[in-house]
Amino acid sequence: MTNPLVETVPLIEAVDVSRRFSRKLDYAEKIANLFGAGLEEKTVHAVDEVNLAVYPGEVVGLVGESGCGKSTLGRVMAGIMPASGGEVRWKGRPLTSLQGDDKRAMRLSAQMIFQDPMSTLNPRKRVIDLIGEAPKVHGIVKGREMRDYVATLAERVGLDPSYLDRFPHQFSGGQRQRIGIARALAVKPKLLVCDESVAALDVSIQAQILNLFMDLKREFGLTYLFISHDLGVVKHICDRVVVMYLGRVVESATPDDLFDNPKHPYTQALIRELPSVTDRRRVFTPIKGEIPSPLHPPPGCHFHPRCPMAFDRCRVERPVLKENAAGHVSACHLNDLAAHQATHATAEPVI
Amino acid sequence: MTPVLEVKNLSTHFMTRRGVLKAVDDVSFTVGQREIVGLVGESGSGKSITGFSILGLVDPPGRVVSGQILFNGEDLLTKSPTAMRAIRGKRIAMIFQDPMMTLNPVLSVATQMIETVQAHDRVSRAEARARSRDALGLVGIPSPEERLDSYPHQFSGGMRQRVAIAIALLHRPDLIIADEPTTALDVTIQSQILFEIKRLAGEFGMALIWISHDLGVVAALADRIMVMYAGRIVEAGQVDGVLTAPRHPYTSGLLSAVPAAVPRGEPLRPIPGFAPSPLSRPSGCAFRDRCARATDVCATEPMLEIAADREFRCFHPHLWSAA
Repeated sequence: MTNPLVETVPLIEAVDVSRRFSRKLDYAEKIANLFGAGLEEKTVHAVDEVNLAVYPGEVVGLVGESGCGKSTLGRVMAGIMPASGGEVRWKGRPLTSLQGDDKRAMRLSAQMIFQDPMSTLNPRKRVIDLIGEAPKVHGIVKGREMRDYVATLAERVGLDPSYLDRFPHQFSGGQRQRIGIARALAVKPKLLVCDESVAALDVSIQAQILNLFMDLKREFGLTYLFISHDLGVVKHICDRVVVMYLGRVVESATPDDLFDNPKHPYTQALIRELPSVTDRRRVFTPIKGEIPSPLHPPPGCHFHPRCPMAFDRCRVERPVLKENAAGHVSACHLNDLAAHQATHATAEPVI
Repeated sequence: MTPVLEVKNLSTHFMTRRGVLKAVDDVSFTVGQREIVGLVGESGSGKSITGFSILGLVDPPGRVVSGQILFNGEDLLTKSPTAMRAIRGKRIAMIFQDPMMTLNPVLSVATQMIETVQAHDRVSRAEARARSRDALGLVGIPSPEERLDSYPHQFSGGMRQRVAIAIALLHRPDLIIADEPTTALDVTIQSQILFEIKRLAGEFGMALIWISHDLGVVAALADRIMVMYAGRIVEAGQVDGVLTAPRHPYTSGLLSAVPAAVPRGEPLRPIPGFAPSPLSRPSGCAFRDRCARATDVCATEPMLEIAADREFRCFHPHLWSAA
């Protein structure tokens, strides 16, 4: 999954990263097993051998429906959750090998902005401490300079600096999100992982926050991993879009490529079903079926039970990511079929 | 043909300690038979309270302070609580955003559905169960007979919303009020629900009020759209007309704030500022602080202008040359 435009070391890279969550058997179940009940631990493969590289200055969008593992992948890449398989590399070095100052520097350089600021801002702390505590602890500012530092930041993200002594509940949703952004910026990060950061906001506030993200990118040279279920938002601000389904990457391309020429049937469905004001369809052609539980993902291609194009191979063999065009990869057996037909078509006239 | 619902000058206020909160302020609209009306607005615009007011679900300190709600010609506001109970769930049904909050987690779906049937019709339990099963089948739940005995937590989000829709359909109401029913759902699941709703509304000739903040969803589903801002309907008309040639600056502001409205990578065009607190709304047009077209005259109350197929409240509406 390389981007030909940027030939450098990725800022952050996931290499075959998996994240599993399992529930241990409790005592009753262990005893039942002694009598031959044959109970097994339940394991959710939230992220299943995913490769994803984010280059400096890039905005990568990670889209998918609930339960597809996009938030988990974001957390693993931000370094706040360990991977259970594979490794995450920060500027080419595995996170697990970082020690001491290097480790701390990485932790500060990768910051997260969450969906609901109310649940990530301590309701008993004032804005000045919410934003200023981390830079003070890490020695970025001295105690008596903190107020000026926080005021500058607050102004930069569009908060009135005279509100610094207020508590989070005294702000509206959009303003709270700005506090969350200022807090992330306060430690001078290089990478911002935004997990559904604008999902809960009204459309005009959402536009304000998205503009702020883009301004900050230019001003501070930030790199973004932008996690969202909203394809419209992702299309607008990202340089590259990665689509996930049930823990796996199914397609990755530039937004124009992805929207004009989606390869994977799942991506095609997502784009087709996106309600839009400008392109009004009066009929709905939904894909059938539910998103399967990640506890019991279907074998082969995870999408095959809902896929209108599925054939026998999809039910047994996991498709691998293949390059369709420069910078456009997808994981679908149809790719081989298309390639096969293409060679066949050119071969026939010779015979 | 008489409209199913006619709301006249409805005002719903909340008497709070900090003053009177005018959640819905002098709102009038009609919903025709078999019509799908989209009610859109940002959070706090009063769209949900409008829905609650129709069903008589506003709790103190809130109160419908004035207006009329004519349902098939009868004023619901003068009805006794008993009479309202006979209408609610039977002739007007509601679907909420989060079915996990409206379904009882400790009762099976069958129990809850049978209860709903028997609340209005004197039928045997077996018949009520049969009707419940048919309703589940109707909304596209596979193997409804087995699923009847499941509990709400055993359904996925999309399936739970289908159960809520099935319950709303049990009595074939004349009107369904749906409050953000697909907001919490994924795109592919939302599309399935919209597909079913549209099909069922057509099949049973129901009228539908679809409350949403998502203009895209309303554009795809509704016949007519009403835009609410700060407790008032600021613009209403046919969906195609309102979305292609909005008259009110707020409507055009909403439309140009979505990412699809500008070329990729360019700055978005948000409406400046934020919605005023419902406790301290500006006098006159509540939108004037954020409006590029506002002048001194906007400090007075704009009257409802009624054009050919459009109603709006604005002194300086966008002018579109008739094509």
